[in-house]
Amino acid sequence: MSSVMPMGKQLTLYDKLWRAHTVLERADGNTLLYIDRHLLHEVTSPQAFEGLRLAGRRPWRINSNLATPDHNVPTTARAQGILGIVDETSRLQVQTLDDNCDEFGIREFKIDDQRQGIVHVVGPEQGATQPGMTIVCGDSHTSTHGAFGALAQGIGTSEVEHVLATQCLIQSKARCMRIEFDGVPPSSVTAKDMILALIRQIGTAGGTGYTLEFAGSAVRSLSMEGRMTLCNMAIEAGARAGLIGVDDTTIDYFMDKPMAPKGAQWQQAVTYWRSLVSDAEAVFDKEVTIDVSQLAPQISWGTSPEMVVAVNELLPDLNQARSDVERQSWLRAYDYMQLKPGMRVDQIPLDRVFIGSCTNARIEDLRVAASVIQGQKKSPAVKQVLVVPGSGLVKRQAEAEGLDVIFRAAGFEWRDPGCSMCLAMNADKLMPGEHCASTSNRNFEGRQGYGGRTHLVSPAMAAAAAIAGHFIDIRSSGVA
Amino acid sequence: MKAFNDFTGLVAPMPQANIDTDQIIPKQYLKSIRRSGFGVSLFDEWRYLDEGQPGQDHSKRPKNPDFILNQAPYDHAEILLAGVNFGCGSSREHAPWALVEFGFRCIIAPSYADIFYNNSFKNGLLLIQLADSQVQQLLALPQPLTLQIQLMQQVIIAPNGQSFEFKIDTFRKQCLLEGLDDIGLTLKNRTDIEAYEKQQAGITPWLF
Ligand code: SF4
Repeated sequence: MSSVMPMGKQLTLYDKLWRAHTVLERADGNTLLYIDRHLLHEVTSPQAFEGLRLAGRRPWRINSNLATPDHNVPTTARAQGILGIVDETSRLQVQTLDDNCDEFGIREFKIDDQRQGIVHVVGPEQGATQPGMTIVCGDSHTSTHGAFGALAQGIGTSEVEHVLATQCLIQSKARCMRIEFDGVPPSSVTAKDMILALIRQIGTAGGTGYTLEFAGSAVRSLSMEGRMTLCNMAIEAGARAGLIGVDDTTIDYFMDKPMAPKGAQWQQAVTYWRSLVSDAEAVFDKEVTIDVSQLAPQISWGTSPEMVVAVNELLPDLNQARSDVERQSWLRAYDYMQLKPGMRVDQIPLDRVFIGSCTNARIEDLRVAASVIQGQKKSPAVKQVLVVPGSGLVKRQAEAEGLDVIFRAAGFEWRDPGCSMCLAMNADKLMPGEHCASTSNRNFEGRQGYGGRTHLVSPAMAAAAAIAGHFIDIRSSGVA
Repeated sequence: MKAFNDFTGLVAPMPQANIDTDQIIPKQYLKSIRRSGFGVSLFDEWRYLDEGQPGQDHSKRPKNPDFILNQAPYDHAEILLAGVNFGCGSSREHAPWALVEFGFRCIIAPSYADIFYNNSFKNGLLLIQLADSQVQQLLALPQPLTLQIQLMQQVIIAPNGQSFEFKIDTFRKQCLLEGLDDIGLTLKNRTDIEAYEKQQAGITPWLF
């Protein structure tokens, strides 16, 4: 198969990105795809560096790589730098990233650097993520970066080593699905609610084998932060990559980013970036349309991101399941969550609230959460509310705006940046049986701590729940 | 990577849908900087009755007697018969590392998550996709079940002689059969990669 499309063929954005990065088509039908940007963190890279060393190989292009520790870092006692990591295995893993980056000359924002943070927050914030790039990282939420019109995918450790050594991946092209979000969402409905509603509709395997392109008027009117939230959870719909075409919002975002092109190259880049949209007549393998004007805030009730209800719905009855497989999964989830069909969402007990993660820990998310509080205090029913900014720079910005003061006054804990209770690899975790309203992306069994029970929601819903002590309908409470 | 040889192995049925990589290997074990040591922690939260920690002596932990991989003969299973969307969630390659170290050489399921699918083949673990109805047929056969896996012929043979053909990408098949190092293969295209870079540096110079 030739990579040259016939003249005049209408291309999807995915087609364009794929074509621009095709080094060659292999005889076996796979493509050697060039990778522009490689992001690294401490968890999935040590074995890849070790593999390079054992094979006597060097990184192909040092300046393509950018690293930061995020999964293991503590969110307190950061003044002590790496020595502040009490858990020895965690400390060794972060130290190993530092050592590997030093050895190979890879740029890293270390734990004591103000630019450190969750890798998917740091990449865009630095302009290391740019439209038109292929971006990979040993982390499934790399899909986040697709919000900028970049082909961004999560990879495993063997592929991390492959990209380090060759700057390429061997891949076969996915199919492409267009998700159209139409209409004007009610003010309390955010990108998080849009993506949860989509995953509920198409399921966690609905996007398997596809790249998702998010389009429609409701996507166009989202900020870059909201678009990142959408693309972030494309992986929860089973898609390795999510994409959004470039527009003014995209380009404006890069005006002041340190690693964005400058001077004459800026003009050249902008001209190129503007071509990064699907052609008007491009054909998609599948299309899904969702009317957001009818959407309400969403809450996950079970152990998969497809087990979701709207705030005004009851937890589903087992005979509402679409298949026997789904019914079995619901049964198991109800048992694990210790919830019952027919319950209202405000009957779900809440022990902790987590506002953070690469899904919802950017400045806009924190502003929304703070605006919901309005001088109120955390409910005594809730043991702990953690607010964990996505990066050191998000933290600084939030403090400049006084958001930290609002959170603290409400009895929320204001922490240092990292993945934190999104996956509980550090000290921030749920105790067995605890329920948590969380702005993160996965509600799998034990994800936020052994035996923990996660409910995925937007930052506004999480903050409102922290104040009320249970989930509330923020549409009728006047908070949003 | 070790070359994949045809074999006959015991099947452990775990047909539930959407088994995610957090279940296959929980996060606390991801702190390791090594590629091995994960087998004892495979399906940790289902396999043991307590919360496990890296570095502890797992043989002393209370096991969940109801969990299939704790029951003979399934504790020696080499083939996992799974449900739809197996391996969804996190991209952690620790998941196939743990499965392989436990002793699994092949998984059969109606569908897999994309990243897990890739990661498994990189570790010599054969992932076979069968139609849902075929997986149901296998589940309905007398248990414990042994299956013969023939990769070259792309066929599974059941004790009753019934056979199930499967599809597999040519390149993945070749890598498995020959135990190929795909980084070495890609590096044979060094001049193509360099030529691509030179050409792109003219078109999108800000990326180089
Ligand atoms: S915040 Fe959560 S989902 Fe995002 S990279 Fe960290 S652990 Fe993964």
